[in-house]
Amino acid sequence: MTITLAFAAAALFSIGTYLILQRKLSRIIIGLALLSHGANVLLMTSGRDGIAPLIDSGDITDFSDPLPQAMALTTIVITFGVTALLLALAYRSWLLTHDDEVEDDVTDRAVGRGGWTDKEVDDELTAEATALPDESGTGEAAT
Amino acid sequence: MNQLIPLPIVLPLLGAALSALTGRWKWVQRALSLSILTITSAISVALLIEVDRHGPLVMNAGDWEAPIGITLVVDRLSAIMLCVGSLMLLTVLIYAIGQPGAERHHVGFQSVYMILAAGVAGAFLTGDLFNMFVSFEMMLTASYVLLTLGGRREQIRSGMTYVVISLLASTLFITALALLYSSTGTVNMADLSNKIGELPLGLRQAFAVLLVVVFGVKAGLFPLFSWLPDSYPTAPGPVTAVFAGLLTKVGVYALIRSQTLLFPDGGRPTGLLLTAAALTMVIGILGAIAQDDVKRILSFNIVSHIGYMVMGLALFSVAGLAAAIFYAVHHIVAMTTLFLVGGLIEHVGGSSRMTQLGNMVKSAPVVAVLFLVPALSLSGIPPLSGFVPKFALVEAGFAGRQYVVVAVSLLVSLLTLFSVMKIWIGVFWNPAIDPPSGPVHTVGRLGGPPLMVGATAILFVLGLAVAIAAGPLYGLCERAATDLLSPDGYIRAVLGTMVGSGGS
Repeated sequence: MTITLAFAAAALFSIGTYLILQRKLSRIIIGLALLSHGANVLLMTSGRDGIAPLIDSGDITDFSDPLPQAMALTTIVITFGVTALLLALAYRSWLLTHDDEVEDDVTDRAVGRGGWTDKEVDDELTAEATALPDESGTGEAAT
Repeated sequence: MNQLIPLPIVLPLLGAALSALTGRWKWVQRALSLSILTITSAISVALLIEVDRHGPLVMNAGDWEAPIGITLVVDRLSAIMLCVGSLMLLTVLIYAIGQPGAERHHVGFQSVYMILAAGVAGAFLTGDLFNMFVSFEMMLTASYVLLTLGGRREQIRSGMTYVVISLLASTLFITALALLYSSTGTVNMADLSNKIGELPLGLRQAFAVLLVVVFGVKAGLFPLFSWLPDSYPTAPGPVTAVFAGLLTKVGVYALIRSQTLLFPDGGRPTGLLLTAAALTMVIGILGAIAQDDVKRILSFNIVSHIGYMVMGLALFSVAGLAAAIFYAVHHIVAMTTLFLVGGLIEHVGGSSRMTQLGNMVKSAPVVAVLFLVPALSLSGIPPLSGFVPKFALVEAGFAGRQYVVVAVSLLVSLLTLFSVMKIWIGVFWNPAIDPPSGPVHTVGRLGGPPLMVGATAILFVLGLAVAIAAGPLYGLCERAATDLLSPDGYIRAVLGTMVGSGGS
C-alpha cells in the first residue's frame, strides 16, 4: 500500500513540477494543484495504516493514525481556497491582457537593459546644456 | 495570564468577521480594527513583561496535553516579535485610514487586514509546526488579497508570481512536515526537539536544509528572494509597508525558531547559512543600487538586510542571536517607516520613480526629515538604532572567527548608505529630470494628510526610542538568545514533566 502511495506521490510531484515550469497560467495552476495533491498523498503515508479510528469500534492497536489525515484535510481545504483565488487572479489577468501567458516584469527588463540609465544621463546632459547659460543654480544641481 | 495567549489570534479573527458584517459603516469598521489592534498591542506588551520575568507561558487548547493538542507558547523571542509586530500593524492601519486610496475604496480591506494580523500573531505564538503552516497560510492568503487589491495589470502580474512561489513553498513545507512526522511521529516543536536527536545525523541535516529552504522563501534568502522586489512595490502603500516590516521577518522568526529548537546539537547547516547570508547581503544591495524606483530600492534593501539576521543566526552564539533579534526589531521599525515615507513621497510627487521626482526637500521638508533619519539608521550610522545590532553582529562575527562574512557585512553597510543616499539625492535634492505630466496633489506644510504623516512620525519616534533604549533592549535580546540556545526551559514549559523522557 505504502509503496503504491509513494509512487503516486512521486508521479504527482513530477507532473506538477513539469507543469509549473510552463508559461501558461492555466497549466501552472493545474501544476500547483497536482503538487499539493502529491504533498497530501505523502502526508497520508506518514502515519500508520489500519482500520478507521472510531472509539469503541475495535482494538486501539489496529487503528490507523488519524493525525496525518486531519492534517491532510486541513491542507486540502487551504489549497482549495488558494486555488480558487489563483483562478480568480488568472481570470482577471486574462480579462486585462487576453492572454494566458505570464508577462515579463517591465521595470526589471528596463533596468536589465540599462534603458533608464542612458535616458537619465542624456537628460542630465541636455538639462545642463540648456540650464547653464541662464540659470547656473539648476545646472549645478543637475550634475 | 495564560488566558491572554490566544487573544492576539482570536480577537483579530473576530474583528475580521464583524467588520465583514459592518461593511456598510466605514467608521464602525475603523473603530473596530483600531480598538482590536490596540488591545492586542497591550496584551503583547503584558505578555512580554510577564515572560521576561517568569519564563515561557504555555496554553493548551481544549486542555489537551502538549504533544497531542494544539499548543500556543510565548517565550521571550515570540513576545518581542509579537510586541513589535502588533505595534506596526496598529500604526500602519492609522496610516491606511488617513490615506486616500486602498482602505477607503475597498469594503474588505479591514477584514483582510485583521486576518493578516491574526496570521502573523499565530505564526509567532504557535508551538507546533503544523499550526505554523496554518498561520502562514492565513497570513499569506490575506497578503495575496491585499497585494492585488485594485486588480491593476501590474498588480495581477506580480501578484501571480508571488502567489505561485508562496504556494510552492507551502507545498514544500507540507512535504517537510510529512517526512518529519513519519520519522518522529510528532509535529510539536518541543517534542520534536527531544525526539529528533534519535535520528541519524544525515537525516537531521537534510531536515535542517529542507526547513531552511521552506522558510528561506518566506524570508527572502539569497537564491529564493526573486519574488520579493517584483511584487512588493505594486501593492498599495500601507500594504507594502506592513509586508516589508512583518512578512519577511515572520520567515526569519521561523528560521531562528526551527534551527535553534529542532537542531540543538549537530545537523545545523552553519556553512550553508553563512554563505546564503553573505550572498543575500551582496546581491540584495547590488539590486538596490541598480534600481530607479524608490519602492524597488527599498524592497531590495529588505532582501539585503535579511542577510544580516541570518548571519546572526548562522553564528549560533548568544551574541550572534541577540544581535539577530535586535536587528529584526530595528529592521521592522526602520523598514516600515521607510515604506510609509515612500507612500508619502508618492502622495506628494505623484510617482515613485526617481526620474520623475525631485526637489522635495523644499516642497515637503517634513517628509524629508522623516526619510533621512530611518535611512541613516538603516545603514548603521552610529547614534541611530541600526548601529547597535550591526556593531553586535560584527563583534559576534569576530568572536566566531567568521572574518569573511564580517567584511562582507561592513561593505554592504557602506553600499546601503549609498543606495539610500541615491534616493535622498534623486528625490529630495536634485530637480526632477522628467516631471510627471499628471496632476500632483496639493500638499500643505506637513507634506500629506495629517493621519499619514502622524502615523509615520509615530514610527519615526519609535525608531529613535529603539536607539535610546538600546541598552535594556539588547539585554532583553541577549536573554532571549540565551533561552534559544538552551531550549530546556521552553521544552519543560511545553511538555511539563516529560522533558528528557524521549531524548538522548
